[in-house]
Amino acid sequence: MSEARPNGSKGQIMAALRRSLKREQPAPEERRLLEERLAQPRAGLIPARGQRDHAAQLDLLEEMLTELSATVARLDDAAEVPQAVADYLKSENLPPRLRLAPREDLRVLPWDSQPLLEVTEGSAQETDPTAVTGAFAGIAETGTLVMASGAEAPITLNFLPENHIVVLRASDVVGAYEEAWTRLRARFGNGTMPRAVNMITGPSRTGDIEQTILLGAHGPRRLHVLLIEDAEQPAAAD
Amino acid sequence: MLQSSSPAFKENARAALADQTLQKALGNVKAGFIGKRAKARARLPEFEDLRDAARDIKNHTLANLDFYLERYEEKVLASGGQVHWAATAEEARNAILTICRDAGAKVVTKGKSMISEEIGLNAHLEEAGLDVVETDLGEYIIQLRHETPSHIIAPAVHLTKDQVEADFRHHHDELPADRSLVEPEQLVAEARQMLRHRYLEADVGITGANFLVAETGTSIIVTNEGNGDLTQCLPKVHIVIASLEKVVPNLEDATTILRVLARSATGQELSAYTTFSTGPRRPEDLDGPEQYHVILLDNGRSQMLGGEFQDMLRCIRCGACMNHCPVYHAVGGHAYGWVYPGPMGAVLTPSLIGVDEAGHLPNASTFCGRCESVCPMRIPLPRMMRHWREREFERHLSPKAVRFGLAFWAFFARRPALYHRLLGLKMRVLGALGRAQGRFNALPFAGGWTKHRDFPAPQGKTFQQLWAERQKGGAGS
Ligand code: SF4
Repeated sequence: MSEARPNGSKGQIMAALRRSLKREQPAPEERRLLEERLAQPRAGLIPARGQRDHAAQLDLLEEMLTELSATVARLDDAAEVPQAVADYLKSENLPPRLRLAPREDLRVLPWDSQPLLEVTEGSAQETDPTAVTGAFAGIAETGTLVMASGAEAPITLNFLPENHIVVLRASDVVGAYEEAWTRLRARFGNGTMPRAVNMITGPSRTGDIEQTILLGAHGPRRLHVLLIEDAEQPAAAD
Repeated sequence: MLQSSSPAFKENARAALADQTLQKALGNVKAGFIGKRAKARARLPEFEDLRDAARDIKNHTLANLDFYLERYEEKVLASGGQVHWAATAEEARNAILTICRDAGAKVVTKGKSMISEEIGLNAHLEEAGLDVVETDLGEYIIQLRHETPSHIIAPAVHLTKDQVEADFRHHHDELPADRSLVEPEQLVAEARQMLRHRYLEADVGITGANFLVAETGTSIIVTNEGNGDLTQCLPKVHIVIASLEKVVPNLEDATTILRVLARSATGQELSAYTTFSTGPRRPEDLDGPEQYHVILLDNGRSQMLGGEFQDMLRCIRCGACMNHCPVYHAVGGHAYGWVYPGPMGAVLTPSLIGVDEAGHLPNASTFCGRCESVCPMRIPLPRMMRHWREREFERHLSPKAVRFGLAFWAFFARRPALYHRLLGLKMRVLGALGRAQGRFNALPFAGGWTKHRDFPAPQGKTFQQLWAERQKGGAGS
């Protein structure tokens, strides 16, 4: 079986591991427990700060993001997004040009209301100054945004442009990382991941020159979150 | 493998201590890391419990490494990726070169990877005619200087801003000579501009991995700059190099360890980018690599498993041990002579390249115990350094003077009760001796380098006080 694959020294390495572990295989009962651990992941210790009520999670998310030099604007309705994007670009003196993630709920927004805004869909190109994307989840614990790649979420949008505007629904905000994994499994199936999941916690930064933190090393210099306070409560994590 | 100059630790250290520019740069290590970690720790009440949980997860995984690696491989294959098992550095280098050649690659971009340093990858690919571009800012700077990293998470920490400016002026000679590079922001912006098109022209992107997840066949990288992501999402081939012990069972396990990683490393709550990659681009994807390869490197790990250095396999390369190490603060990373510096290097290097080459390193310790007290994975670093010293002693590899210290040490190490009884007396004598001389070359455990420097003691205490306190507390034993 192994000959067909270009897997190199697998046999030799596995033999060395087994010698060191002093076993050929896990005993049947042990194996059953290991399989179970893999198939039924259990959350470990979740910090208390990730277990507040939903309104407090939104506040914590905003607080953490702000601390990270990201900015947050809260909107009552997604329909306000185009206006908010235009306002933001203007306030930062950025060109009125953006690459939009080809996501249905972003596509249907009233972009026409902003005639000066040039909106193109697709994956990021070298010259794009700004990307506007959705997010799979927001995690209050550390002010983290979770992006799950797919047809509606090309990942180059998260990294190539200098400015990243993220439209995040309050109902997609959870307290702790583990809740995001539960939602990922619900969406993509157990043991299956989208090709890329990007946890983004603030704009790109580096400390490589004399340990001074500077923004915009290679990824976005600016991260702006439009938090849509849709009334829905988050889907119960099962 | 990367050539080592570890046998020359003492000479390296002596030179480092005399290097004023280096000493200035090293001041940033203490200033930049210690306070930030302490703050992050204070802010998370669960931090100490998370350290225990992280240790337990790794111990469980290591005890079942055969099982988890096989399950991990199955999942990578199921997601369309390929796994290449490499027993040695040479096998890993050759596997990577073959993938690059098959892809017709000319330009290869790289995210920061210590494993890549360990196997001496860049030189190998360059000899084969490939254009290899480091993209992490620190790595980019040292690549320009033809140097190796001096720290596992801050590769250019040994350099000052002025040195970086001089390097950029020298190497970026297509840019106007009269441009201003006074501000660090200007240096970052220039590197960003220089590297931008390199990402886009690369055929292959190579990254390391902080974790591999058996449940899903996922590799995880943790970065702050975003360079690792541009390296892996733009070229048509993504190669991940990871050593065997990077595997964990589930996403939840990775999460628990992530909660202590960045806090221990840089004092951040979480690094800016934590990226989970699973296989190549899917049919519906608009971007991402067409090929996804994982090189699983052994290079000595399977031998450490089950032995007295197994605990070292829990290491998540956060750098906290060197950030808090008075020896590292004094001599920097290059003095250790190989890829991994500081306390973790003093333990790991002899395991990987042999006690003949690196037998001196475990002497590069004051046994102050700071490294173990901050290690998020609770690795008993001082104890393992003692193990190495005993082994080295048994093999009589050390020069006579060092052997004398070791003989003293080994005698007591095997008689802990006697050691502890004599300790109070011993410490008083040593303390008095140290105070009288203002330095510690009389300490039998410390190598010859102590005569060059009175080690700056953290938290404003003298070295004697710290030393005595640690010993009284019985810590590190
Ligand atoms: S030994 Fe511990 S403190 Fe040092 S790098 Fe490894 S995990 Fe971090």
